Amino acid sequence: MAFDWVQLWQETSKPDNVPILIMTAAVGYYLWYGFREGVRHDRLITQLEADPALAKTHHRKPYPFHPAWDKVVHTWPYLLRVEFLAALIVTVGLILWAIWLPAPLEPPANPTLTTNPAKAPWYFLGLQELLVYFDPWIAGVILPHLVLGGLMAIPYIDVNPLGNGYYTWRQRKFAISTYMFGFLVLWVLLAIVGTFIRGPGWMWFWPGMTWDAHRQVHEVNRHLHELFGLTDPWVVGIFGGLVTLGGIGVGMAVCDVIFRKFKPKTFLRQNLVQYLITLHLIVLMAAVPLKIVLKLVFNIKYIWVTPWFNV
Amino acid sequence: MAPRNDIDPTSTKALLEKAKETQADIKSKWIPNFFETPFWRSIFRHKIDETPRNRSLAVLSNVFLHLQPAKLNRDAVRYCFCWGMGGITFYLFCILTFTGVALMFYYHPTKADAFRDMLFLKNDVPFGNLLRNMHRWAAHAMIITTWLHQMRVFMTGSYKAPREFNWNIGVILLLVTMMLSFTGYLLPDDQLGFWAVTVGTNMARATPFLGHEGPGIELVKWTGEQLGVDSTVNGYNDVRFALLGGSIVDSNALLRAYIWHCVALPVLGSIFMIVHFWRIRKDGSLSGPAPVMLDSEADKAKGRR
Ligand code: HEM
Repeated sequence: MAFDWVQLWQETSKPDNVPILIMTAAVGYYLWYGFREGVRHDRLITQLEADPALAKTHHRKPYPFHPAWDKVVHTWPYLLRVEFLAALIVTVGLILWAIWLPAPLEPPANPTLTTNPAKAPWYFLGLQELLVYFDPWIAGVILPHLVLGGLMAIPYIDVNPLGNGYYTWRQRKFAISTYMFGFLVLWVLLAIVGTFIRGPGWMWFWPGMTWDAHRQVHEVNRHLHELFGLTDPWVVGIFGGLVTLGGIGVGMAVCDVIFRKFKPKTFLRQNLVQYLITLHLIVLMAAVPLKIVLKLVFNIKYIWVTPWFNV
Repeated sequence: MAPRNDIDPTSTKALLEKAKETQADIKSKWIPNFFETPFWRSIFRHKIDETPRNRSLAVLSNVFLHLQPAKLNRDAVRYCFCWGMGGITFYLFCILTFTGVALMFYYHPTKADAFRDMLFLKNDVPFGNLLRNMHRWAAHAMIITTWLHQMRVFMTGSYKAPREFNWNIGVILLLVTMMLSFTGYLLPDDQLGFWAVTVGTNMARATPFLGHEGPGIELVKWTGEQLGVDSTVNGYNDVRFALLGGSIVDSNALLRAYIWHCVALPVLGSIFMIVHFWRIRKDGSLSGPAPVMLDSEADKAKGRR
């Protein structure tokens, strides 16, 4: 089939999709910008680690320095002028944006006329995309709460005293890669998939494919226990429970071994509660993409089927 | 780029020199000095001269500016550290409040009026379209800047002691920001908002124990039977019903969204922002740019300043 440029343009130029394009570009830019600062600091750290005498006297920032300079500057004008400039740029930018792009207004609400696809605003599409892989009680209720709870737990489980108040990659490799995986892959990437890849019927359309509402996809969803030929509901339930909970347990055990081996300092600094929370969050966070792969690649819908809930 | 001379252009000495010049300059003018009139002094409680004292007073004696310290870490004004995203988020919130109040003059949260008000804003109200567009795009922009702000706070490790709690206030602000956007989505009462909110709130059906299609409702019902009360969870008493004020997205849902959007969430957000800003000051201002700590010093670190 020919590459459908019109479809691609329609989706990317929708006024309500422009923000997600801006977001993607901005996140990419600031990621580079932050890592560049990290590299600058890491170079300085390497240099000082190698030269203890220099470390004693160095001002320890990669910025210009002179001993005679004041350590602080006046807020008026040195900060306020920057803030004023920022406010000016934001105001002008916003007005131009508002002149250029009209806020969308569709026909009046009509409960009898379902839009296809019916999408939440782009910043929630990561969650809506999760509905493909999980039942609503997990995707819509449990996972958002885990995200918020996990974010709130971060300051209390990250016991690494290094890297407080400056950019660094070297000293916080694990923390930064975990966060970036969660933010960039599980949040931003899923939102992009939900916005640009999912078409009518929430079907997967690669960029350039026409969003055909009559497209039929013949996918046979399977459950994990069916691969093993289990049928008795009790056996199925117990099997699923063992796989799910056992999988989480095994995952935690594996993490435990890795932690002890590669992050002995973190391991020693954390108390038992902190350690267990960290292991849980890591394993649950890894389980989400695992389930996504199972569904996308192997068409496996449920791992654990019971009369009351499915996972 | 480093300045060569060892006189710091921002130092007290250089300032005093400059202040004397300014004073002489003003005195030499024959126009009465406006900045020394009682009128000026009644507004600003300090002089205009470029002295270190006045520079501090300009911030300290102003209710809006004194949110900030009079002096700050000389490297903290570098854009590369804090990206200004927290400040821009707050500024966008202010713009949203301003344009939002203006929009409220033209909007009725009823099924009969809401959509018509949109058409009215679009076609008849002077600058109505610009107003609505600005409100819409500022809302989207605020989501983006909040994410970027959070990313920079993470990358600089600014959630570490003593700022753990302020990070949590931030997570609440993130939630409030997203919910503000979401509740606003329904208000035009068009297909876009209607189906977005229908999809969004449908998930609440599946809330464990609280939604009528969620896991655990049999348990709730069974517990009720043991206690001799009717505890059946259905579409007319579950958590989704509470969110929408009905079993479908209709006039009550519109009113609820409106009140959350225009009253409850902005007030909540403002309260948490006040706490957020207060805590930034109490936790020792911005976390950096801090001097780097070496791996070998990690164990000596107390973590708290
Ligand atoms: C409505 C949303 C928010 C507003 C208006 C806001 C505003 C601000 C401002 C103005 C600052 C000063 C430094 C800067 O601009 O970077 C700041 C710092 C901070 N914010 Fe936020 N913020 C918001 C959301 C968040 C979120 C989502 C988080 C994290 C989850 C967060 C955590 C922090 C922390 C820990 C600091 C201290 C940073 C430091 O000392 O370097 N804030 N916030």
